[in-house]
Amino acid sequence: MTDHDHTPGWDVHALSGAYAVDALDDAERARFEAHLAQCPDCREEVDGLREAAAWLGTGDLAAPPAAVRDGVLSGIERIRPLPPAPAGGTVRALRRRTPLLVAAAAAVVLLLGAGLAWLRPWADDAPRRLTAAERILAARDAHAVEKTFPDGSTATIVISRSEGRALIRTTGMAPAPAGRDYELWLQTPAGEMVPAGLMPDETDTTYVLHGDASEATGVGITVEPDGGSPQPTSDPIALFALDS
Amino acid sequence: MDPVSGDPAGAPRTGAPAGGHRADLGALLQGAARGDSAAFARLYDATAARVHGLALRVVRDPAQAEEVTQEVYLEVWRQASRYDAARGSALAWLMTITHRKAVDRVRSAEAASRRDVTYEQTHRTIEHDTTAEAAHASLEAHRVRSALAQLTDVQREAITLAYFGGYTHTEVAALLDLPVGTAKTRIRDGLIRLRDTIGVGR
Repeated sequence: MTDHDHTPGWDVHALSGAYAVDALDDAERARFEAHLAQCPDCREEVDGLREAAAWLGTGDLAAPPAAVRDGVLSGIERIRPLPPAPAGGTVRALRRRTPLLVAAAAAVVLLLGAGLAWLRPWADDAPRRLTAAERILAARDAHAVEKTFPDGSTATIVISRSEGRALIRTTGMAPAPAGRDYELWLQTPAGEMVPAGLMPDETDTTYVLHGDASEATGVGITVEPDGGSPQPTSDPIALFALDS
Repeated sequence: MDPVSGDPAGAPRTGAPAGGHRADLGALLQGAARGDSAAFARLYDATAARVHGLALRVVRDPAQAEEVTQEVYLEVWRQASRYDAARGSALAWLMTITHRKAVDRVRSAEAASRRDVTYEQTHRTIEHDTTAEAAHASLEAHRVRSALAQLTDVQREAITLAYFGGYTHTEVAALLDLPVGTAKTRIRDGLIRLRDTIGVGR
């Protein structure tokens, strides 16, 4: 496939060990996971290496205080276990990534068409001001990146460089855990993550990211304490690489 | 790949590290996936010392390690249905989640002084161990140490820094004075050797 990195001397397969012990930085991990979705050999290797790494971790025993057990057992009462992943869903969805992108882009165009056709009957003669979301979707350079999660939910980033804005559209997203928010981030060319707002607590939503997206190299979603954080305190649950 | 939903998820894989009471972890996970909190409590009791032991080893600060342990189990409860026995043992799945959470914790705490807690303070928590657990722990620790002893010095140091230290391969390279890009190769070579030594190969 085409996923091998183009950087000379950068052999993506060689990252399997570092991946198995969580020794990749966020960008490397995102790249390796994209590769993993397309490389059964690497998946198999990672599974074996993780088994070995996990075994290393079993050498230390330390019973946690009883309060931890109480916290866990009362905590689970408020959490619904996820349904099983659709069989082979993740891999298939990711393998279809390129066509999906095209499909997503086509969907944007269709939605846009449908959206405007829909909106017009209500619009009066005065030129209607488009919302920020509509301007992004309407932009000639609108570009969509979609991710499908193992539970079947999807998140699509649509970015317009000319508008300098990006939006996220989700379907079927599980709500953030109690006391937490999904926070959005724009990644700068320097690799910094800049806060771009908190996702509304809705399973299906369209949300325009705060901030200038004209040079963003990626969009990340992290789980943060309620109200968000000035910088990410956890690794992204999703990272969308944006072509420049 | 073979979808395994029908499989008794707890079936121990041939060659997986022995440990009688671990054999049914997969079944307990399966129960948890269906919302069986009693099964989940048993899973917790069977594994908490290992999960917390790893969290403590990586995070070092007892209070933070406790938070990590709690996060791990809430995540395990949520994700239980996603455990796939075809891809590895239930214990490895649990330890993988634990390691990831612990590493996330140390990296996000990086800016705030990293690991300002002394070794002695950290290891006070071990007083909670029962004698049997402690004996078992030293046995396991011994096994791990002997397996690590089979590796070359660089492999062992690189894996130790990455896995227990929570450092990235780039940081490991700098710490070990290796050319950038070499540490990841040493980590991989070492893990492959370890995998073959302890017989968890696929």
